[in-house]
Amino acid sequence: MRRIMVGVKRVVDYNVRVRVKPDNTGVITEGVKMSLNPFDEIALEEALRIKERGLADEVLAVSIGPADTQQQLRTALAMGADRAILVQTDAAVAPLPVARIFRQLVDKEQPFLVLLGKQAIDDDNGQAPQMLAALWDRPQAVSCSKIDIADGKATVVREVDAGLETLEVELPAVMSVDLRLNEPRYVKLPDIMKAKKKPLDTMSLGDFGIGEASPFRNVRVEPPPQRTKGIMVKDVGELVETLKKKGLV
Amino acid sequence: MSRILIVAEHDGAKLNPSTAKCVTCAKQVAGASIDVLVLAADGASVASQAAALAGVGKVLLADNPANAEPLAAVLAPQVAKLAAGYTHVFGPSTTYGKDLMPRVAALLEVGQLSDVMAVDGPHAFKRPIYAGNAVLSVEAPQDAVLVATVRVASFEAAATGGSAAVEKVDAGVPLPTHTRFVSRSGATTGRPDLQSAARVVAGGRALGSADGFKIIYSLADKLGAAVGASRAAVDAGYVPNDLQVGQTGKIIAPELYVAIGISGAIQHMTGIKDARTIVAINKDGEAPIFEVADVGLVGDLFAIVPEFEKALG
Ligand SMILES: Cc1cc2nc3c(=O)[nH]c(=O)nc-3n(C[C@H](O)[C@H](O)[C@H](O)COP(=O)(O)OP(=O)(O)OC[C@H]3O[C@@H](n4cnc5c(N)ncnc54)[C@H](O)[C@@H]3O)c2cc1C
Repeated sequence: MRRIMVGVKRVVDYNVRVRVKPDNTGVITEGVKMSLNPFDEIALEEALRIKERGLADEVLAVSIGPADTQQQLRTALAMGADRAILVQTDAAVAPLPVARIFRQLVDKEQPFLVLLGKQAIDDDNGQAPQMLAALWDRPQAVSCSKIDIADGKATVVREVDAGLETLEVELPAVMSVDLRLNEPRYVKLPDIMKAKKKPLDTMSLGDFGIGEASPFRNVRVEPPPQRTKGIMVKDVGELVETLKKKGLV
Repeated sequence: MSRILIVAEHDGAKLNPSTAKCVTCAKQVAGASIDVLVLAADGASVASQAAALAGVGKVLLADNPANAEPLAAVLAPQVAKLAAGYTHVFGPSTTYGKDLMPRVAALLEVGQLSDVMAVDGPHAFKRPIYAGNAVLSVEAPQDAVLVATVRVASFEAAATGGSAAVEKVDAGVPLPTHTRFVSRSGATTGRPDLQSAARVVAGGRALGSADGFKIIYSLADKLGAAVGASRAAVDAGYVPNDLQVGQTGKIIAPELYVAIGISGAIQHMTGIKDARTIVAINKDGEAPIFEVADVGLVGDLFAIVPEFEKALG
């Protein structure tokens, strides 16, 4: 079975204006819209397209998160994933233990490709794919905007500060995806019905021998320093004058 | 006492300014000694640039033909080996460091901190989360090496004037061949570099086409500025991806940022929070960019931008 494993995370929707809790222990998530991490949605879409091209037989979606993450996994199944695994925990699991869990699942599921988002838009860590690749001793391609698979190899284009970089990697490999890779499909109602019948297995951190959810201790969460609204100028003349006064032009 | 190893970023010939910013971050760890590691095919020149950074104690130079291109899978095992004896390993939070450092951390079996923006103590740091809409204070264990990427927009570049010794090293570890560099395409425009420029002129979706974007380049050239763009402008193909500013593009901190026909989405603002002065030009007086702009001008950019350029003389 040629399998692709995709990591998906439940996060605060990207349209939500995030606010810090008054007691500084985190951000407010009660009553806030939760979604699939946008980068992970793109990773899943890519896996589905690879399968539709006849290059894979099965797409497995994996998430680590609270019980409600079932909603996001059902969305993943409705998009077209064949089955899903939820590693259920209320703890915020850091990238290293996430990578260790994926490492064990890789042994069990033997995917030829693991696709993940390049970062989750909650913690903005951007680490799990690279860590998995290290623990697995396999190639990594980070921030991919194009993936071509042929003959047990992949040619990928990645977005880097200097522009675009092309790599050739042997499979199996880990890839993290960027926004320009594709545009995820919309889920249709019949697919949501079908998704209800697809297998969704639940496991626990204990199943992977993971004790500590994070090597770090979160001490405090604060709002960032706010920029204050400046002045409005009426025309270009006033704009240039203002900038001159500030010594900027 | 803290012993910090900084993994240098370079293109084979020139040290990237991100390295000097990592040095400034490392200096804020009280009493730390700071060494820089240069992994290259032929890195003597880069090593001497690193040795000139004030505050650097020693430069380790790992020359190896396999290091000709910055492949994380090849570099990480060398960094992990050469990190022995250090309390901290820092790299820049650029695409280079973001690719490499988590792989190093996993090989060392430790966690990694991304985007360190402030140093509260040898094991206490601040970093942004939720696209910079919250700041997390975090403590790392005392008994493990701390691997981190440094948010370069938060630190000034360390000055030059140092004269550290350069020591040749060889990690002596097997290197994988499963990852191969093919090519890199990037615009060498002759314009200032977006990540280190003092002035940046950026355009958004409103420019309408690659042709429309020309007035942005023209204004930027007049100001001696780098050119930036919103994601919408990149996605629409007006400009290449390396010009994107924001959560998933470049995080910059210029003296002057001129946002033209950019609405000011959260993900864009993440990239310019540390700009000294933000100027916004937008035809919609209600655009969110005006909430954070220091100077705002409402109007049609296609009229304003040429007039602005002319007014600069
Ligand atoms: C996960 C994720 C990550 C993202 N990362 C980034 C990122 O890194 N960087 C980024 O920029 N975006 C990012 N985005 C996208 C972001 O949400 C916005 O969609 C994007 O920034 C909008 O670009 P824009 O301001 O150019 O376009 P729009 O929002 O369409 O704004 C165009 C503006 O131009 C003005 N305008 C139109 N015509 C004229 C005229 N003639 N004269 C003057 N003004 C005019 C309009 O009033 C409007 O305000 C991300 C989104 C997601 C989901």
